[in-house]
Formats: sequence, C-alpha cells, structure tokens
Amino acid sequence: MYRILQILFVALCLLISTHVVGSRAADDLGALVDQLGVAKLSDMDERISSLAKTGDAKVIPVLEALGEGELYQRKSDGKVFLVKVQGADLLLIDPVTGMEAGQAPKAAMQKVKVNNAVRRAVRSALGGLTLFSDDTSARLKAAQSMLQTPNADALDAIEAAIATEKDATVRKVLDEARAVTLLLSERSDEEKRQAITLLAKGNGRTGLAVLTSALANADAALKLDIEAAIARIEQTQAFWNAGQNVWYALSLGSVLLLAAIGLAITFGVMGIINMAHGEMVMLGAYTTFLVQEVIRNSYPGLFDWSLAIALPLAFLVTGTVGLAIERGVIRFLYGRPLETLLATWGISLILQQAVRSIFGPTNREVGNPSWMAGAFDLGGLTITWNRLWIIVFALTVFAALLFLLKKTPMGLRMRAVTQNRRMASSMGIRTPFVDALTFALGSGIAGMAGVALSQIDNVSPNLGQGYIIDSFMVVVFGGVGNLWGTLVGAFSLGILNKFLEPYAGAVLGKILVLVLIILFIQKKPRGLFALKGRAVEA
Amino acid sequence: MITSFLMKSLDRSILIVVAILLGLALLVPALNLLTAPNHPLHVPTYLVSLFGKYLTYALLALALDLVWGFCGILSLGHAAFFALGGYAMGMYLMRQIGARGSYGNPLLPDFMVFLNWKELPWFWYGFDMFWFAALMVVLVPGVLAFVFGWFAFRSRVNGVYLSIITQAMTYALLLAFFRNDMGFGGNNGLTDFKDILGFNIQADGTRAVLFAASALMLALCLILTAAIVRSKYGKVLVAVRDAESRTRFLGYRVEHIKLFAFTVSAMMAGIAGALYVPQVGIINPGEFEPGNSIEVVIWTAVGGRGTLVGPIVGAILVNGGKSIFTAAFPEFWLFALGGLFVLVTLFLPKGVVGTAGAYFARRRAERKARANEAPDNLAIEPMAAE
Repeated sequence: MYRILQILFVALCLLISTHVVGSRAADDLGALVDQLGVAKLSDMDERISSLAKTGDAKVIPVLEALGEGELYQRKSDGKVFLVKVQGADLLLIDPVTGMEAGQAPKAAMQKVKVNNAVRRAVRSALGGLTLFSDDTSARLKAAQSMLQTPNADALDAIEAAIATEKDATVRKVLDEARAVTLLLSERSDEEKRQAITLLAKGNGRTGLAVLTSALANADAALKLDIEAAIARIEQTQAFWNAGQNVWYALSLGSVLLLAAIGLAITFGVMGIINMAHGEMVMLGAYTTFLVQEVIRNSYPGLFDWSLAIALPLAFLVTGTVGLAIERGVIRFLYGRPLETLLATWGISLILQQAVRSIFGPTNREVGNPSWMAGAFDLGGLTITWNRLWIIVFALTVFAALLFLLKKTPMGLRMRAVTQNRRMASSMGIRTPFVDALTFALGSGIAGMAGVALSQIDNVSPNLGQGYIIDSFMVVVFGGVGNLWGTLVGAFSLGILNKFLEPYAGAVLGKILVLVLIILFIQKKPRGLFALKGRAVEA
Repeated sequence: MITSFLMKSLDRSILIVVAILLGLALLVPALNLLTAPNHPLHVPTYLVSLFGKYLTYALLALALDLVWGFCGILSLGHAAFFALGGYAMGMYLMRQIGARGSYGNPLLPDFMVFLNWKELPWFWYGFDMFWFAALMVVLVPGVLAFVFGWFAFRSRVNGVYLSIITQAMTYALLLAFFRNDMGFGGNNGLTDFKDILGFNIQADGTRAVLFAASALMLALCLILTAAIVRSKYGKVLVAVRDAESRTRFLGYRVEHIKLFAFTVSAMMAGIAGALYVPQVGIINPGEFEPGNSIEVVIWTAVGGRGTLVGPIVGAILVNGGKSIFTAAFPEFWLFALGGLFVLVTLFLPKGVVGTAGAYFARRRAERKARANEAPDNLAIEPMAAE
C-alpha cells in the first residue's frame, strides 16, 4: 500500500513538474537547492531525493555539480550556486535560471560538503531523473545503465518509471532492470521469484551475474529457483554463442569466397597459377581509396555511392592489368605452369612495390558508407552491416559468374577452350582471344573483391599477400575447375576455422586447418569436386 | 669404393667449381686474418660473413636444384627446411650462452625466463651438446621431408598441387613459430649468441673458420649431388622428371625415387641453415616466409635449373645484386627482383649457366663438324646442359 502511494506521489510530482510552470516551481527549486547548503551530511540523502522528486530537468546539472564538488554556498546570504573556477575567483551560475551570476572571491564561498554516501545518492538520483526524460533514447540509456549497475535504492524510481513508460523497448529494459534491482532489495520471496522467472527468460550477462551473486545469500527455497534460472540462462547463452559463431564462420567463408572466386577462374578454369592474384585484390582496394578521395574532396554528397562507383572502376582497372599480364607474359608460358607461377610472382612483387612507391607503405583510410556502418541485433546475435553486405555480395558475384559460364556464348567458349583447346580451335574459336578475356575476367573479379574487402581490412600494399595462400587453399580444397567446389570449399574452410578457434585459439586453429588441408590433399589429390574423365590428365 | 663413386662424378665444370671453393676456403680467411687492415688485399670481416652467407644460400639453391632441376618437384617450402636446420643450430648456440644471458639463468634461455617458464621443455634437451645439435640439423628437416614426401608422393600429389601444399607447409610452420607457447622464442626468434664450440662467435677467427666451413660444405655437397645425379639412380630421377608415368610403367617405384631426392635435398637445406645462423647471428620465424622459398627458386632459375653449377652461380649473383641494390636504390630492389622473375622465365629458361653451356656446346660441335669436313647440320643439336 505504501509503495503504491509512493508511486502515486512520484507520478504526481512528475505531473506537477511538467505541467506547472512559473515562478512558484522555480522558487521551490531555489529553496530546495539552498537547503543543500545548510543540511548536515546525514540529512543530504533526504534532500537529494526531494530534489530528484521534483523531476525538473534543471536539477540534473545541480546534482552533477554536487557530485563533482562544484556546488558552493555564498557565506553572506546562504544562497547556493554552481561554480566554475576562473583564476583566483569563482564564476557563479544560478542553479534555477542557469544564468551567470557574477564572480566572487574564493574566500566568500564555502563548498557544499560531499562524501561517498552523498555521491552514491547523487548517482542513483541522477539515474532516476533521466528515466523520466522526454527523450526516448536518453530514457533507454538510463534504463540500460540501471540494468548494468543495479542499485537497490533505485527500485522505487524504476517502478515509477515503468508505470509511466509508453515505449516498448525502454519498458522491456526497465522490466529487466527492475527484476535485477529487486533481487538486491529486501522485498518478499514471492516477488523475487517472479523476478527470477523474468530474468531466466532473458539472456543478459547482468542477469547471470546478479543471479550468481544472489545465490550466495539466498535461502533454501529461493536457491533452487535461482539455480534453475542460471542453468536456463547459460543454456540460452550457449545457444546464441553457437549462433554467433555460425555467423562469424559464414562471414569468413564469404570473404574467402570473394578472394578465391577470381582464382577459381584463372587457376581453376585456365590452369594458370596466378600468384599476382592477391595484388589484383589490392589494386581493387586502392581503386576504392582513390574514388573515395575524389568524392571527399569534390562531391561529399556522393559518399554513400562511393562503393557503387568503385565497383565497375575496379573491375575495369584490374581487368585491364590482367589483360596486359596475359598478353605480355602469360601467353608465352602456356603449358608450363611452374614457370607461370614464377613469372606471376615476379609481377606481384612489381605491383606491390609500385603501389608502395605511389601511395606509401602505410595503411590508407577507406571509409564505410552509412549503409554499411553499424550493427543490429537479431535475437542474441549482433550482426554488423558490412559483414552482411559482403556475404550478399559474394553470393551475388558467385551467381553472376555461374550464369556467365553456363548460360552465355562467351562462357560456352571458355569452357570449350578449357576442356579441349585444339578441338575448340578447330571449331573456329579464337583461343588466344578467349584466354585473354578469361584471364581479364578473373582479374576483374579479384578487383571487385578488393572493393568489398577494403571495407573490412587494412588497405596497404601487403593486402593481397594475406589472401593468396588462403585463396589457393580454397580452390585446391574445393576442386580445380569447378565453381561449386570453390563455394563449398570457401564456406567449409570458414566454418572449420571458426569452430576450431574457441578450442585452439586463432593461430593454432589456422595451423590445424592448413595441416588438415595438406592431409586432405593426400586423400583426394584433386579436391572435393574433382573433374573426371580425359580432361584430368591434360 | 665410396671415393671412386664420388670421383667418377667429377667432370670438368664440377672440378673447376670445387677447386675455386677450396681456394676460397683457404684464401679468404688468410687475407682476412694475416693482412693488416690497411693492406690493399685485406678482406674485412663483414665481407667474410657476407660471402659466407652467400655460400649457405648457394647450398640451399643447390639443394632445391636436386629436386626441381633433376626431379621436377618444385618445392615452395625449402626455406622451411633451411630455417629448421637454422633453429637446431640456434638452440645449440642459445644453450652455449649459459649463465651469461641478461637474466643470468644457467639453464633457461632469456626468453623463457621472460615468459616465466620454470623448466626447460623436453625438446630442448641435448642441445647443449654440439654433436646432438649437428645430428638434429640434418635429422629434423630430413624427417619432416620424409614424412611429408611419403604422404604426398604416395598419393601422387604432383605438379602445382605439390608446390601449393609445400607452400602451405612453410606457412603453417611460420604461424607456429610465431607463437610464444612453442618455446622457440616466438616473434624475436633466437639471437644474442656468444660462443660456438667455445670460440667467441664475434671474433674474426671464428668468422673466417665459419666461412671456410661453408665453402667446404658446399664443395662436399656439390660432389655428393653430382655423384647422385651421375649415378644410375640419377638417370631414373631425370626420367621421372621428363616422363613420370612412363617411368612408372617401366617398373620403377617413382614415389621412392622422389622421396629419396626430396629427403636428401631437405637435409642439405638444413645444413645450409645451420651454417647460416652463426654467421648472421639470428634466426627468427621470418625465415619461414613463403616469399623466401620462392626467392630460392629464382636463384636456381637464374643460374640454370638442371645444372649443378647454375644454382651456386645464381644464388651468388642474385644475392650480390640484392646487397648492392638495397644499399644504393632500396626502392628499386623489388622492381628488379620482380623483373628478374619475369625476364628469366620468358627469355632465359635454362638460366645463365645453362644458356652459356648450350652456347659452348654448339660452338664445340660446329668446330668438330668443320674439322671433319662433313657439314652435317642435322647432327648438330644443342647438348643437354649439365
């Protein structure tokens, strides 16, 4: 009954504070603030809560100043001011109007005394105050902070806030905060039991921590409930952790797919070991950097479109470089794969050093457009937008490539040249032309991958180096000459990596994956999806 | 018998190179130790160490040539064997420091004290003895190559696939040696060596002896490789390189032949690493970088794969060029190296020595033909370079 009265009282105060404006409220506030100056330390608690109960936004700076020790009383008339130190003098600020009220020498002022108990009271009062703010996000923040650092004193304020809260999200957090706070308070077991049930439904870490600490000094009846609730929360958390891991694995898989898919064309379809593949990815990333530089300097409004502009440009740039490499070097080396490996390695060194000479050896800044920044929650998962977009992008590129190879005349020619060069040539296909275009296509896709990877990785001359070994592993693991193999290879390596990580650590996990691939190659030297038939030996 | 087996292998070019190496092993230490520093013929100590380093690189390139040039296995992981040999030697040198480290622990190397290790890990036992370390220098790379090769060749992983998984092997080792928990000094590797066999490792005399040892070991391995290549087994090795399936159908166990060459080659690479570490004074996981292994391939390619002298010439040429270039125009070294890769594969597939050898062989054949007054052009074929 008492509690209900209290809630009513707080609600009433709120109503008054929001609806009654004018000098009376201001005078009251001024008087209340002045009382802080004369109160004994033991009375401060009460004064602070009566201040807080006004619910007036002006109270917030006053309380903050009190907590910081910036609240002073004028010795001559006992009026209390907020102060700022200005040299030897103090700049006075009227607490009610918020206006400057002249200066005073330090000797004329006396600091309002605070101790830790007062500071604590200030903190919980402040939390309670922002719970009634007009701004939804401020309320949400206050509720979350109450949930993170529960304090039994704030229980009444939380309950009052729940009574007036309209916003569902804030309300949910408040309910949880109430449950957490309630467990710390002296309420009845029945109420605590309800709180435990509520907490068990959530999956918060705070809930778990509070329950664990409550377990220590709970009586036997409550203990069972708490233990059950803890078990339930841990189970939910394990579930969501596994879910998060799956998400990370998919994300890594998509990155691997992006990096490897161009290689699946050049190595998988054409049989060329292109060690400069990683550098194509790097060139794509640097194209993004250049596009963003131009946009930043000349058309800042277009920043959100920067990736869309960079994508075709990167394809063109790296495709052209790829074409030049094929025409200039690789075409003389067909049928000598090991020599191709060496020559393309040389090209990769040249490209790296060229980029280093032009752009410098340090990381260059590539920004996220607004639609790729931030994250959202899905159940207990945190999903970042950039990772999500990269998965979508990787799958789109994969689908487009598959379509190109399987459904277009160009793709038909590419496959024909791959399967039987001489026969294709006899049928009137210009094999050198197809070779050059295929290599340019593979390089161009690597460049597009670079645009995407610039969003999650450091753009430096060494960017490509980090991907080259992984990409080769994906293609070899998946099976050469098969795009589906690359897809399966990329995602299975991603999943394997992320699921080994919790047990073995990141580096050891990676080593284990490499060892597993080496062993796997012994078992299936041609990868998961091996080509069968005469094409194999050619 | 063994001597005659080895002697048979010495044709003219090998003999010349061995003679040069023996001469260097005597001359360079003598010029370093016996002449005054201002004497015009004096060789400063840093040059002795630098050329000693080149000789160990040459040995590594020779080891690679045995598998790549004569067996067609392009290993992109030979730097791993080199680094393992180096680590074995480094562990011996670490144990030699004893209580003179900055923490003064008589048993544990400094980095272990720093990481709060209480006792020596089991795999460090025995490395206080030189003979044990020397054994490990050949054994560890040898066993790794044997196991790796046994699996790979048995399941007929060849060509580029083999290259890629050897690269994966050295990459995995790189990651592993970077970990502090492995007990090999992590990121910093092993360094701050003091003594080798009781001699101060910084002293001019020790450096000169190490140089001589590198030259002698290179000469020895050159003779050994030549003997292997000229033997009956060597003929089969080349047959495997040129027509693997045909050799198999003729009844040879191709996997055993490859495995032998691969293991011997890895052991030679290990020896090269062991000689490299005391002259350079440090071994760290950077030696496992996949890029290093590929660089070894280019030394061999520049000199001429499939020739025994070529890799030695190539290693010294490329590394000499690197030393000059990185000092004079550091920006351009990678351009030069990259260009070298491209140009050599496009225009000099036989390498410097191979091309020169082919040229001289043609000249000889032409002269002979003219002397016989039988201008039968069809018979003139460039001899296979060796």
